Amino acid sequence: MQTRNARLGLVLFTVYLLLYGGFVMLNAFRPQIMETTPLAGINLAIWYGFGLIAAALILALAYGWLCRPSAGREDDA
Amino acid sequence: MIYEASTIAVVVFLMFVAVTLALSFYLGSRAKSSQGYFAAHGQIHWFVNGMAFAGDYLSAASFLGICGMIAFYGYDGFLYSIGYLAGWIVALFVVAEPMKRLGKFTFADALDAKFDSRGIKLAAGISTLAVSVFYLIPQMVGAGVLIQPLLGFPHWAGVLLVGATVIFIVVTAGMVSTTWVQFLKGSLLVIFSAVLTLMILNRGFETAEGGADGHVFRTLGPFDAGLEPEQWPLPSDLQPATLSVLESATSGQRFVHVQPEGEAAATVWHVVARASGDVILRETQTVWAAADGTLLVNGQPKGTEKGEAELHPVGHLSRLPDGKKKTGPLGPLTFFSTLQESEVVLWAKDTIQTPNGDATTVYFQKPTAGSQVLRPGEHPRFRGIRSERFVDKLNFLSLMAALFCGTASLPHILIRYYTVKDEVSARKSTIVGIASIGFFYVLTLYLGLGAMTSGALDVTNSNMAAPLLAKSMNEWLFAIISAIAFTTVLGTVSGLILASAGAVSHDLITSAGIKLTDHEKVRVAKFASVAVGAVAIVLGILFKELNVSYLVGWAFSIAASANLPSLVMLLFWKGVTKQGITAAVIVGMVSSLGWILLSADTFTGVYGLSADAAVVPFSQPGIVTIPLGFATLVVVSWMTRRRNNSGT
Repeated sequence: MQTRNARLGLVLFTVYLLLYGGFVMLNAFRPQIMETTPLAGINLAIWYGFGLIAAALILALAYGWLCRPSAGREDDA
Repeated sequence: MIYEASTIAVVVFLMFVAVTLALSFYLGSRAKSSQGYFAAHGQIHWFVNGMAFAGDYLSAASFLGICGMIAFYGYDGFLYSIGYLAGWIVALFVVAEPMKRLGKFTFADALDAKFDSRGIKLAAGISTLAVSVFYLIPQMVGAGVLIQPLLGFPHWAGVLLVGATVIFIVVTAGMVSTTWVQFLKGSLLVIFSAVLTLMILNRGFETAEGGADGHVFRTLGPFDAGLEPEQWPLPSDLQPATLSVLESATSGQRFVHVQPEGEAAATVWHVVARASGDVILRETQTVWAAADGTLLVNGQPKGTEKGEAELHPVGHLSRLPDGKKKTGPLGPLTFFSTLQESEVVLWAKDTIQTPNGDATTVYFQKPTAGSQVLRPGEHPRFRGIRSERFVDKLNFLSLMAALFCGTASLPHILIRYYTVKDEVSARKSTIVGIASIGFFYVLTLYLGLGAMTSGALDVTNSNMAAPLLAKSMNEWLFAIISAIAFTTVLGTVSGLILASAGAVSHDLITSAGIKLTDHEKVRVAKFASVAVGAVAIVLGILFKELNVSYLVGWAFSIAASANLPSLVMLLFWKGVTKQGITAAVIVGMVSSLGWILLSADTFTGVYGLSADAAVVPFSQPGIVTIPLGFATLVVVSWMTRRRNNSGT
């Protein structure tokens, strides 16, 4: 179970790292893209920032949900 | 007037402190053994622990520092929110469960689980102390900053009060009381920030010509740019007068000092050359401290009596979309889209030499487009985003890397994994932590921008933005938010002192080869708490001028560089040796600390020297020192493993 959880953790960590890395790199090297307003008159900087916070929560919940079956089996054993 | 002593605030504040102390006293009986003192017997429910994570983590820097930074500069403070939250992903996916599995009381336990090495305990104990002390200073400064306007006490009294209260909390019941204080504070902070955000949205935006005290900031002109200042047709109340044009040595901004004849106070105006070719003068606010200690505000002695002056509260919108004067209630999205099309009057600070040679601080208006307020790269610390120099961009990347890697390496956060019963609870409590902390960080953008347009800000103190925003709503909310901000400090400082006390009594003493009984360990930890608390009080008084969020960045960089490489490699590489871990912690800590001390930020902010004299090319160490920690660990492990193998 530990290995499975650790592997799952690493996959989700990599997903988030790419999202966060994309945000930081866009800010550093293409800041003007952050000023564009793709939706509802709100700029990309705010959308992406809120998106990162929402993504953290979604990935965290997904992790909790996906880990649970194995933890349950261990408890049963 | 921005601050006035408020009875409600004092009463609410004292109630908070009383409840906190009573709670600690009540829980004191439950924490006699070291297992109880350091880890609350591992019996804390995961939900309580998750909210306590929020209480531990959402420090004065998060609440006061980020809100203040957004209120004064716009979006940039939110970059901290994003980075601080992202760090929790590392904590959840990489560190949480192994920390719970390997350790017992302190972060050094987990590092040392396989090796039982005194070197690792010593290095990790020292790094815990270093990170905790750097994290403590801004919390204590934040306490002083808060209590000054709230209760009218001097800065040192605020620091002393926090220090004494926290020492009491930690000494009476260790982790049990600390957890409950943090749970209460985390819950209250998130709930009341949400209430405040709803009130901001309900209030909407309104244009104004000044702050909440009704003072209208004047604009004179336009004048023909070809005229000499003496020829400007100034209004009658400013004539006849002696005019002197002053230029800031640092920013090149031009000001004109107007000294009317007779008794009237001198005023300073910001000279703005417009694209249309003419010149306008905008009213500024000035503060000048005389050698004898008297303070002149806007040319008059500071005070509320006749003939005296106070700084005016600031923060207004000068233009709304479609020429509107007021928007009415706004939705969570229209709040941003409206601001995007508006114009906000921000304030900048400069220092000029007045005609008699005195250095005067000038605060001047900077009307700024909403689209500019809502984009990254306006704050001096994030100017790298808009700089052409690659080194400046590296500085930004380095800061964002340190925030990402720092959270999961903070000792006071890591010890919270020992208060729950198993790995499943560790995981669940981290998810609760991410949900509550993430929700709070979303709110910081509303709170900061709400404060920016509240008309209640103090130009001299960005840290007070959130409480003053609450004050612009009503007195009760101000009292509650200020008291919560104060407990914010209490919660975080308790966690830090407990982490330090654990490092001393559990790691450093053991590494010196001294064996303590369970009872002695708790007693040493209590003495250590008092000692660390005393050091924090002294440093909090000494460093009162430093920005609250500045030192927290240091703590994150040191934690990430010293602790993360060992934690991660221990989990994912079988070849790690005890020498490798010890070397990585020491090299990461010394290199990041050294880098910070030799950086341009420290040269200008702490030593008062020129930024050009700095030794290192950019200020944030993370991007260099975190990989250096990893490299040290791999190289030393590789070398010592071969030696160990050949020796056996």
